[in-house]
Amino acid sequence: MKTAEEILGIIKSALPDARVELVQNPSPSAQHSLLLSPASAVAVASFLRDDRELALDYCSNATGVDWPGKEVTEKVKVTRLVEGVETVVEETVKRVAPGYLEAVYHLYSMKHAHREIAGPVVLRMRTANRTDQVQLPSLTPVWRSAEFQEREIFDLFGIVFTGHPDLRRILMWDEFEDHPMRRDYVDPDDYEYEPTPHDEVLKRAETSKSAQAGATA
Amino acid sequence: MSAAAFKTYRPPVMDVSEEGDELLEVAMGPHHPSTHGVFRMDVALDGERVVKLKPVFGYLHRNHEKIAEKASYLAAMPYTDRLDYFCSLTNNWAYALAVEKLAGLEVPERAEYIRVITAELTRIQNHASAIGFLMQEMGASGTPLMYAFREREKILDLFEELTGSRMMCNYMRFGGCRVELPGGWLDKVKVIVAGLPQFIDETEKLLTGNEILMARSQGVGILKPDLAVNAGVTGVMLRCTGVNYDIRKVDRYGIYDRFKFRVPLGDHGDIYDRYMLRVLEMRESIEILKQALKDVPGGPIMDPKSKIRGFRPKPGEAYGRIEAPKGELGFYLISDGSGNPYRYRVRPPSLINLTILEDMCLGQNVADVVLIFGSVDIVLGEVDR
Repeated sequence: MKTAEEILGIIKSALPDARVELVQNPSPSAQHSLLLSPASAVAVASFLRDDRELALDYCSNATGVDWPGKEVTEKVKVTRLVEGVETVVEETVKRVAPGYLEAVYHLYSMKHAHREIAGPVVLRMRTANRTDQVQLPSLTPVWRSAEFQEREIFDLFGIVFTGHPDLRRILMWDEFEDHPMRRDYVDPDDYEYEPTPHDEVLKRAETSKSAQAGATA
Repeated sequence: MSAAAFKTYRPPVMDVSEEGDELLEVAMGPHHPSTHGVFRMDVALDGERVVKLKPVFGYLHRNHEKIAEKASYLAAMPYTDRLDYFCSLTNNWAYALAVEKLAGLEVPERAEYIRVITAELTRIQNHASAIGFLMQEMGASGTPLMYAFREREKILDLFEELTGSRMMCNYMRFGGCRVELPGGWLDKVKVIVAGLPQFIDETEKLLTGNEILMARSQGVGILKPDLAVNAGVTGVMLRCTGVNYDIRKVDRYGIYDRFKFRVPLGDHGDIYDRYMLRVLEMRESIEILKQALKDVPGGPIMDPKSKIRGFRPKPGEAYGRIEAPKGELGFYLISDGSGNPYRYRVRPPSLINLTILEDMCLGQNVADVVLIFGSVDIVLGEVDR
């Protein structure tokens, strides 16, 4: 099995237009990953599957990761008028680094299963942001095993996979609105809350109660 | 897609009306006795023939992953017992293996032996009960299942003596095992393992040549190897199609390279092959157990480097996987250097093996759907998480 660097070299020589980067993993597992740009992801994935040497025909795991935006403090040099003289002043500026959602795929080869012990080949894709540009190309046409797992990512993280044959919620019910695996998800007080006549009656009672209290005071 | 459109996005739902008015839509489950829990199959039938089948699940969803991300690394260990509640010890092992990869821990030899012994006992009791449930669904009310449960009880008694619990074992730790073996435990295992071949012979005598079993399972629910590989099917479901892929052999995790055992392969990919493979895998597990029980070394059962309290792996990520009785069970962890995992993901074999359920059932009779589903061998605790 080849290392992530070698696979990156193979992809670059076979598909020169594809934008692929290496993402280092500092942990002792040393499972480095390849960051694909969404535009060329399907082409790279099909190449990895069909290449006779690599033959990564088995997509074991597909999952999402949420990286919310972080507040970054930076020192910026600004020219200001100080007592009538233009001077360069250092100012600390706080800004929010944009967050993104990430889809991670772990690939193995079943064709060459017994050649060597090796870690998985890890692919990653990132969305532009976490709110309105959350589309990524689906890799289900390449590996069918991503079908349910991408549905799960859509359900729990809210990444919309374009080209997925059947993108529906899988674990939460269809009427559910939010994406529970996001870091900033707040769960509702009552999952099964529905406004009922009882609540309306209750509200009316309370308003009349407060009106009465106002009248007596 | 804009944010507003995204909020109101509704995926397309199954529409059978285009196929004509003669189709009958049946919801099998969620309380159908054959669904091993709460699981629904929306089946469209043309007479007795299945035209469409959509599995619906999530009834048992409790967001296991979120719970684990809010708890410490160790606190997620008891939750893994509840994934596939038939095989808590292999779940423990998969999670411990992923964390050991993440933190770079070594497992002492004695602990490795204990892990192999408990995992193979788990595999035997899982396969025995899977066969029992399959026969139950085929109409063999009671007998094969009770035979299987009789053996399972013996193995669960061993687990109880070792870990304090029959099913929710919570036994493995990062870099070893929780407690030392009780006195005389290995001898008890030896006695039970010596009795297991007799049980398998008995089961085979009862079932393997049985006319009804053969008539109902041979050539039913056929899975093709190309589709199985592409759909990420693992475990017995994959090997029944003839693809030689057993993670015990491929990754050689733990100390599996020290044992001599064979990987049984099927060549038809039907229900009967799956039944037969489970029987043969039990026999191979007995071989592994016999070899492992012969030379369990002394020594510590925990890596001295591993910390129980204040466990904080360095930032990074790791994916660890094992051959669980139902297929490849993997854990994907991302650490940000704090005491709880930033991302904790379970790769559930039961869920991914269901991807091809529709492909296996199309064109079959509705009565066979129950058998095909039963032969996949799933546990809803793991599908829904």
